[in-house]
Amino acid sequence: MSAPANTGPVSTDDARIAPKPPLRRFHQARWDEPLIFELGTPGARGVAVPAPEVPLDDTLPEALRRKDAPGLPDMSQLHVLRHYLRLSQENLGVDMNIDVGQGTCTMKYSPKVNDRFVRDHRVSELHPLQDERTVQGVLEVMHTLEKMLAEISGMDRVSLQPGAGSAAIYTNIAMIRAYFAARGELEQRDEVITTIFSHPSNAACAKTAGFKVITLYPDKDGYPDIEALKAAVGPRTAALMITNPEDTGIFNSRIAEFVDIVHEAGGLCAYDQANANGILGITRARDAGFDLCHFNLHKTFSTPHACGGPAAGASGVSEKLVPFLPRPTVEFDGTRYRLDDDRPESVGKIRPFYGVVPNLVRAYAWIMSLGAEGLREVAEIAVLNNNYLMKKVLEIRGVSAPYAEGKRRIEQVRYSWEELHRDTGVHSEEIGVRAADFGTHYWTSHHPYVVPEPMTLEPTESYSKQDLDEYAAILAEVAREAYEEPETVRTAPHNSTIHQVRQATLDDPKTWAVTWRAYRRKILGQ
Amino acid sequence: MTGPFAHPYIPNAAPDVKREMLAAVGAESVEDFYADVPAGLRLGRPLDLPAPMRSEAALVRHMSGLLGRNTSTRDVLSFLGGGVYQHYVPAVVDEVVDRSEFLTAYAGEPYEDHGRFQALWEYQSLMGELLELDVVNVPTYDGFQAAGTALRMAGRVTGARRLLVASSVAPDKLSKIRDYVRPDHDVVVVPVVDGRADVAAVRAALAEGDVAAVYAEAPSYLGIVDPALPELGELAHASGALYVVNCNPISLGVVAPPASYGADIVCGDVQPLGVHMSFGGGNAGFIATRDDEPLVAEFPSRLFGVVPTAVEGEYGFGDVAYERTSFAIREEGKEWVGTAAALNGIAAGVYLALMGPQGMREVGETIMANTRYAITRLAAVPGVEVPHADAPHFADFAVRFTGSRTAAEVNDALLERGVFGGHALSERDALYCVTEVHTKDDIDRLAALLEEIAK
Repeated sequence: MSAPANTGPVSTDDARIAPKPPLRRFHQARWDEPLIFELGTPGARGVAVPAPEVPLDDTLPEALRRKDAPGLPDMSQLHVLRHYLRLSQENLGVDMNIDVGQGTCTMKYSPKVNDRFVRDHRVSELHPLQDERTVQGVLEVMHTLEKMLAEISGMDRVSLQPGAGSAAIYTNIAMIRAYFAARGELEQRDEVITTIFSHPSNAACAKTAGFKVITLYPDKDGYPDIEALKAAVGPRTAALMITNPEDTGIFNSRIAEFVDIVHEAGGLCAYDQANANGILGITRARDAGFDLCHFNLHKTFSTPHACGGPAAGASGVSEKLVPFLPRPTVEFDGTRYRLDDDRPESVGKIRPFYGVVPNLVRAYAWIMSLGAEGLREVAEIAVLNNNYLMKKVLEIRGVSAPYAEGKRRIEQVRYSWEELHRDTGVHSEEIGVRAADFGTHYWTSHHPYVVPEPMTLEPTESYSKQDLDEYAAILAEVAREAYEEPETVRTAPHNSTIHQVRQATLDDPKTWAVTWRAYRRKILGQ
Repeated sequence: MTGPFAHPYIPNAAPDVKREMLAAVGAESVEDFYADVPAGLRLGRPLDLPAPMRSEAALVRHMSGLLGRNTSTRDVLSFLGGGVYQHYVPAVVDEVVDRSEFLTAYAGEPYEDHGRFQALWEYQSLMGELLELDVVNVPTYDGFQAAGTALRMAGRVTGARRLLVASSVAPDKLSKIRDYVRPDHDVVVVPVVDGRADVAAVRAALAEGDVAAVYAEAPSYLGIVDPALPELGELAHASGALYVVNCNPISLGVVAPPASYGADIVCGDVQPLGVHMSFGGGNAGFIATRDDEPLVAEFPSRLFGVVPTAVEGEYGFGDVAYERTSFAIREEGKEWVGTAAALNGIAAGVYLALMGPQGMREVGETIMANTRYAITRLAAVPGVEVPHADAPHFADFAVRFTGSRTAAEVNDALLERGVFGGHALSERDALYCVTEVHTKDDIDRLAALLEEIAK
């Protein structure tokens, strides 16, 4: 191919590339990828299976033999890979975007080196029932991680078994139930108190475990209403399950009083530490008198969020609840690590075996790379980033940070676009979707929307000042559009993989389609 | 080191940036941000943690030392099963789930995270084909949770209290089920006879009434694919109970899917489908039903659905019947939903796409052939019995040692010879397991070692 002919001499001006515009001209990958069932070549296969070297077995009775081959696609290896790589490109992760918009989720950098450890066959190919002598390394990791989390929380023991944060909340309520059952008080103590700004799983797990749920709402300053707590506690109180700082990012400085009020009524207090990132090394569950707490290792302790798990939870308890911990525990006799399954008062198993081990290994490695000083730096920078971003965001027209006016926030803020909505009719959800056109996104809040038109931002320690400036500039631009050209926002996304989805059919049993089978049957009439 | 240390994971730890940002928000120091944390709650000392390994090289060295104290099933020959299985994980599965875009994403909207929604909807769909059912959840944590939830779903649908367990079930799983259903249900274990369901006893227990579900496993904890599985479903239905079957999905290229013999709710763990064992940490629980509104309404999990978009020919995705969930209505939702095990679901989807219908049949055939061969070989070893040898088995099978050594002693002797024997169930009994990764030579080697050891 020949170069286009030059019409004259070139200058350095011809070589100059103009500066980048202030906002990224992003476009998400749009492969227009078919469903996997529309792909494939009859007879193709993606992987060859070891053929049997011994005679086939014919002991299955006819009724238990599969009749029709499953309707899986026939695909060559490259075609499976290509399909999923295209889908992966149509996804944003922390590694790809300024992921400060998923407040409460603590989207931080998950170090690549830690992924290497869990891909090593001396983690990935361990069977959980191996002789303890052959798994001393991983048992040491679990034992040390427990000790480190005990120090970070101030609790006496920590179970690493829960599969994620909500599973840890469930573990805590299961231990609370076992504790009162052992004291003969379970029938009397059938109520759990939580707050509306605590994760919905606190309420939902308590209900699942058989308790009635009382939810406290914020007072005018945004704190859970202490008078409402005093009115709610009594001889029926089993526990208080509460977050602090709550999802507003406001630290409840009277938290120890809350705990005392519940203790005086004979109840236990469980601390949901999903929001612990901003207080590592500053204040601990034990210091406020809590009996139980939990961490989300995929949030605070950096394990990847993996599209929604596998994650890992850690439940910490004080001495009086130790007998009720899930079994087994990992014990160390000075020479050897062993699993202790002989725990008669234990709540038993929360999940198979010992926990989501790969994420325990990652969390261990992350703490080991930071140490005490590093963890405190994590907290301080996360909080600095949050207050810096808050300053920038509150300069944008139409947004506010309800409650606790003039106070600093800890690691996140629940903002409100109420004013913008009143002025323009544009909803917070629509602003979040439009933000996707600039290569990022945000999340509103859990339901119900106590804060109207909510937006929850949590810039962890992983983001630079430049990242935060860019993120605030994106929000400012979308807010400007909402005021000046609201249709641009309402019809978003424009630069995404797909356009606005038609949600209505998802709530109608006639039209919802959870699988390809259902879609073919109900929608295509096949 | 020359300047102050800014940790590689913390960009704004550099002092100049920190000062600039503090100035921007009008703070003297980061202490200002903690003004609401009362002095009495302050730790006031550094955390007592091991000294950090700040360089990546030092960390790798430290971790290598720890991992070096593990012996993996790749280093030796292993016959362990019992709920977690050694299967071949195709390279493409790892390639996909290790992608940053999937590994580090969380809960974005169906736009910027379209890929996640499509991959998980396809997982649901591929599982639906395998299970012959129209509704499959976004995975819950693991097979234990799936069983507990499936039973509580049956309880909510029927309003009945008793749950009949008709198969041998792993003691740990039974522990989880008992704990999980405690507020609403009584678990009645109907003891198995010769490893199989005691149909007469199940019938008698059903006759006592108030049964929400008959629960069976295919295969059972002892690896048995019980010929009574269809009859158990008929009995359950005749009494107005639901039939809940926990199955091993990798068996379903050969073994009939439970829905074909009457199961109303099918559950299990996808670990065998392309998820590494990871010391028991690699799981995802599936729950599947027919597309009947009353059943669908009882799922706690998210269910993704496919929908049109504003542009023709585009697939969009979203949450089906979201108002069921605790995300929408807190304690008024069904149980709870939270972060669970999505990426392991994607792994299972990739695995099923790679295997296709042929691969799933072949892997099932190889596993059943190897299981039968191992049963036959071991049953012929003096001092070894295979108690339920005549029953159809898949992967797991129980072995009894009648010689001078206990099951644990046999395992010690095998370990000295570089083999992980089956999990000891009691003094004399052990649970052995073979899959497609075992060769005839592997099984012959085990038999030869046991001839030496188990006398």
